[in-house]
Amino acid sequence: MEADVTLRVDGTTRVVRVDTRTTLLDALREKLDATAPKKGCDHGQCGACTVLLNGRRVNACLTFAVAQDGAEVVTAAGLGADGAPHRVQRAFLDNDGFQCGYCTPGQVCSAVGMLEEAAAGWPSAATGDVAAEPVLDDAEIRERMSGNLCRCGAYVNIVAAVREAAADSAGNTGNTDSADSVTSEAAPAGGAEVR
Amino acid sequence: MIPFDYQRAEDAAGAVAAVAADPDARFLGGGTNLVDHMKLGVAAPHRLVDVTRIGLDDVAELPGGGVRIGAGVRNSDLAAHPLVRGRYPALSRALLSGASGQLRNAATTGGNLMQRTRCVYFEDVTTPCNKRAPGTGCSALEGPFTRYHAILGASEHCAATHPSDMAVALNALDAEVRVLGPGGERTIPLDEFHRLPGDAPDRDTVLEHGELITAVELPAPAGAARSTYRKVRDRASYAFALVSVAAVLDLDGGGAVRDVRIALGGVAHKPWRARAAEDALRGGAPGEERIAAAATAAVAAARPLPGNAFKVDLVRATLGSVLRELAAGPAQEPAEPADPADSTENAVEGEGR
Ligand SMILES: Cc1cc2nc3c(=O)[nH]c(=O)nc-3n(C[C@H](O)[C@H](O)[C@H](O)COP(=O)(O)OP(=O)(O)OC[C@H]3O[C@@H](n4cnc5c(N)ncnc54)[C@H](O)[C@@H]3O)c2cc1C
Ligand code: FES
Ligand code: FES
Repeated sequence: MEADVTLRVDGTTRVVRVDTRTTLLDALREKLDATAPKKGCDHGQCGACTVLLNGRRVNACLTFAVAQDGAEVVTAAGLGADGAPHRVQRAFLDNDGFQCGYCTPGQVCSAVGMLEEAAAGWPSAATGDVAAEPVLDDAEIRERMSGNLCRCGAYVNIVAAVREAAADSAGNTGNTDSADSVTSEAAPAGGAEVR
Repeated sequence: MIPFDYQRAEDAAGAVAAVAADPDARFLGGGTNLVDHMKLGVAAPHRLVDVTRIGLDDVAELPGGGVRIGAGVRNSDLAAHPLVRGRYPALSRALLSGASGQLRNAATTGGNLMQRTRCVYFEDVTTPCNKRAPGTGCSALEGPFTRYHAILGASEHCAATHPSDMAVALNALDAEVRVLGPGGERTIPLDEFHRLPGDAPDRDTVLEHGELITAVELPAPAGAARSTYRKVRDRASYAFALVSVAAVLDLDGGGAVRDVRIALGGVAHKPWRARAAEDALRGGAPGEERIAAAATAAVAAARPLPGNAFKVDLVRATLGSVLRELAAGPAQEPAEPADPADSTENAVEGEGR
């Protein structure tokens, strides 16, 4: 069974006819040539397929494209602008936050989503008092990034990259950097108190 | 995967009608379990009825200090909600200990309750499994992969465990599940929602085909209650529970136990309410002796499988440690009815997820 699905992918509106069995990940990679998100496990267990869906990080392998008709999808390729990497991408480069690079587009999207969640005050399993404002230390970063596996084991530098990007965004709330524009629309619309 | 029809329900009644009319139809929430099962061949629905846009996305305060959680509220939004963080920290903790940030952004309250076991034999369609294919036998009883299997309440037909962290906390919080079916609404106490396997392990819950979870309701926490959730697992994050404990402890002015509620995860076919342990704690201050008696009582009925006897000790130690922590810790924020303006602001809107 087929359906026409409209997706806004990295800022461009695309209409694609898919079999209902097509996941969002396969629609992006196989039908729309958006190959930044990778297929690692195809079962939600690795995070390589992470994209920002209506501003929130999710695993593109565990949702059907038809279920996302009308959605806004940002992949790692849609972050940043014309030769100017997004601050999270810049931090991964500066800190050598990868080796083979297969997990990296997912790590980057996950980090962008995660930083928005932390900025909105969301707690994590590493937060001592879940009712209090979390402080994004290394233990918090590791816990919040645990949905992204790296088979090369670049974790130490990934944590360093995310730490640097977090510090950047904390000191840069004016957000004049055009490279951040994609994510600034993408705040999690959750119930967290913004303090 | 077999071909299927997809439809977006517009309201709860429409969703119920669509699924009830077709024995091969299923509700679709965030898809994080059902899509996986369709890929694995564990589930093969002919029709999916998407229930993520039917207006069940609010967390609202109830008169009297309780909370009503819409079935469509995402796990991440629920864990971050101020009412939940302040009044039901065990529920926030349980949610945050489950899955990953990405998965929690997709997973819904209803889907989380309905998620199926992570038993490796259930998920591997080449092995016998009474839950997936009734009458074929239970591979787990023979082992060897029994690390995630039951030590309590299993039957000769099935030793699977329920994998939800959230449901364990909801059990200790005395939650109720609100359901809409073709015949109308009903309310099911969380403890009666999931089943023991008995001779019908293919049925995880008491829901009938076509019944839709619309909400979960939590009663107001008692004045001086304290609660938490502790999960023990093979790696520090992004792993299912070997054993978990949700506990709510309410002490009176003299430090004696006024009320206690304990639920265990990772040990049974359903969130396991440890009533014998609760009874052992009541009647005085939660000192070492009473805590040890409670921990022993919790596993008195345990019947481990070859390969998972370690879970008996793990439950005892984890429960003891959680009870000591709660007994020593401060009571949490009392449930003062919030300013109505506040609670509107705090409601989770599900628009466009
Ligand atoms: C890699 C991985 C790790 C995970 N780790 C954990 C973990 O540590 N702890 C944990 O608790 N969970 C874990 N999960 C499971 C996750 O929590 C569930 O997949 C999720 O909660 C299911 O919610 P959903 O909305 O995606 O459900 P779906 O997949 O959409 O649906 C699941 C089932 O619920 C039914 N359903 C959905 N909504 C309703 C409704 N309103 N009424 C009635 N039936 C309904 C569907 O028909 C289906 O049968 C993990 C999952 C993955 C993939
Ligand atoms: S490919 Fe989606 S999580 Fe691994
Ligand atoms: S850099 Fe190779 S998998 Fe992470």
